[in-house]
Amino acid sequence: MLNVRVIPCLDVRDGRVVKGVRFRDLEDQGDPVALATRYEREGADEIVILDVTATADGRLARRRTVSAVRRALAIPLTVGGGVRELADAAELLDAGADRVSVNTAAVERPELLTEIADSLGAQCAVIAIDAAGDANRPSGYEVRTHSGTRSVGLDAAAWASEAVDRGAGEILLTSFDRDGTRAGYDLDLLRAVRDAVPVPIIVSGGASSPGHMAAAISEGADAVLAASIFHQEEWSVGRLKDRLSRLGAPVRR
Amino acid sequence: MMSPPEPRAPRSNDAERAAIGIVSTGVANVEAVRAAFARLKRDTYAVETPEAVASAAFLVLPGVGSFESGMRALQDRGIVDPLVRRVSERRATLAICLGLQLLCDASDEAPDIEGLGCIPGRVSRFAADVRSPQLGWNRIDVSHESRFLRSGFMYFAHSYRLAELPEGWIGASCRHGARFVAAVERGGVLACQFHPELSGASGRRLLARWLDFAPLPTSGGAASAVADEAAAPLEGAGAPC
Repeated sequence: MLNVRVIPCLDVRDGRVVKGVRFRDLEDQGDPVALATRYEREGADEIVILDVTATADGRLARRRTVSAVRRALAIPLTVGGGVRELADAAELLDAGADRVSVNTAAVERPELLTEIADSLGAQCAVIAIDAAGDANRPSGYEVRTHSGTRSVGLDAAAWASEAVDRGAGEILLTSFDRDGTRAGYDLDLLRAVRDAVPVPIIVSGGASSPGHMAAAISEGADAVLAASIFHQEEWSVGRLKDRLSRLGAPVRR
Repeated sequence: MMSPPEPRAPRSNDAERAAIGIVSTGVANVEAVRAAFARLKRDTYAVETPEAVASAAFLVLPGVGSFESGMRALQDRGIVDPLVRRVSERRATLAICLGLQLLCDASDEAPDIEGLGCIPGRVSRFAADVRSPQLGWNRIDVSHESRFLRSGFMYFAHSYRLAELPEGWIGASCRHGARFVAAVERGGVLACQFHPELSGASGRRLLARWLDFAPLPTSGGAASAVADEAAAPLEGAGAPC
């Protein structure tokens, strides 16, 4: 059977891995190639690189970082940051990404997802959704863009559903409220989006223990993403997968 | 082997060092493939002409994109015929993901377009009750004696698959909902629905086995790995393919 993926995430700024709380107060965590290599060796199933300042700087994720990680890495690599058009997605693939994550630009122009899916395949088109609690929305969550700074008047579950209709093959679902808080994934958000879409979901934001991950897996997450617990060596990927396995989750070891 | 050595020295070292041709379909991301071979200390180069398809010691048909765009790219470059010939001669050819699907007769993804017809069968979509695309690691089971394939976890990223093991091919199967074809091999041809280049250490070992064994004729155990003979049939000395 298809196993649940454990995905270390590298938030990158200026060629270094950083980590913040609710997308702010970014602190240096190390070199992306060194961290990615270590995670693969420990048993990571995939690596996600997000260039966290690309959109704000009005540029694409840095090609040099993607190429350097690709050369070292023998597992899948998803890259996001500043993808505004099909040519940007193609450039990241050319640099060595296997899949491309799109966020702000897809909200502004949803056809972008269709263009990427038609040209590069649905499995290449990852829609990253940053969601924050909003009691006025039907699902209880609204979509944020520009690294969580802007509210765009969209319901998170409705947007997920539209993104999949437009061609997205996977959802990278991040809770803005939980990001960096260590309080666990937002399971209500996960349930709302899980009910809305048939494609795989990577859940993100707030995990600090295997228990948090096992809870999300039992709510239908196909992949669990975390950053600081790996960067700060609280958990090696291997030890974490051992624990997940004992908690009943199907993980590759 | 009592016969005196050939005047020309065996060129096994050439075969060991031969660069790997990667078909440029224009819709595939080949960086991961290139990086995987680079880690095995092998050079790669882009293949865009019929002549290059015919002459490559090792050829990779990668695949990202749609069945239609993939077939069109092969047709536009005029490489359909040499590719079919190469596979029917069982020469060292590695097809990945969409590459495997293109080798089949047809696909429900583009019902009006003919595939390469090397692997009998029609590609179809996963049933509606399983997660699609299948993204992630799944276990393959090798059902027969296989030269290249071994059971273990491999990385998949696809919505379409071949459901039935084709006749005349050695195969590996995998379960996602129902069973489907994870890979097939015959002679030096290896076609994988999964991505060996993204399958970590097990993928690396698979690529290494393909490089080690694919071009070698199995003539009574004599490993006279002359590069020219890579074009010869592989199942026994001089046997027809």
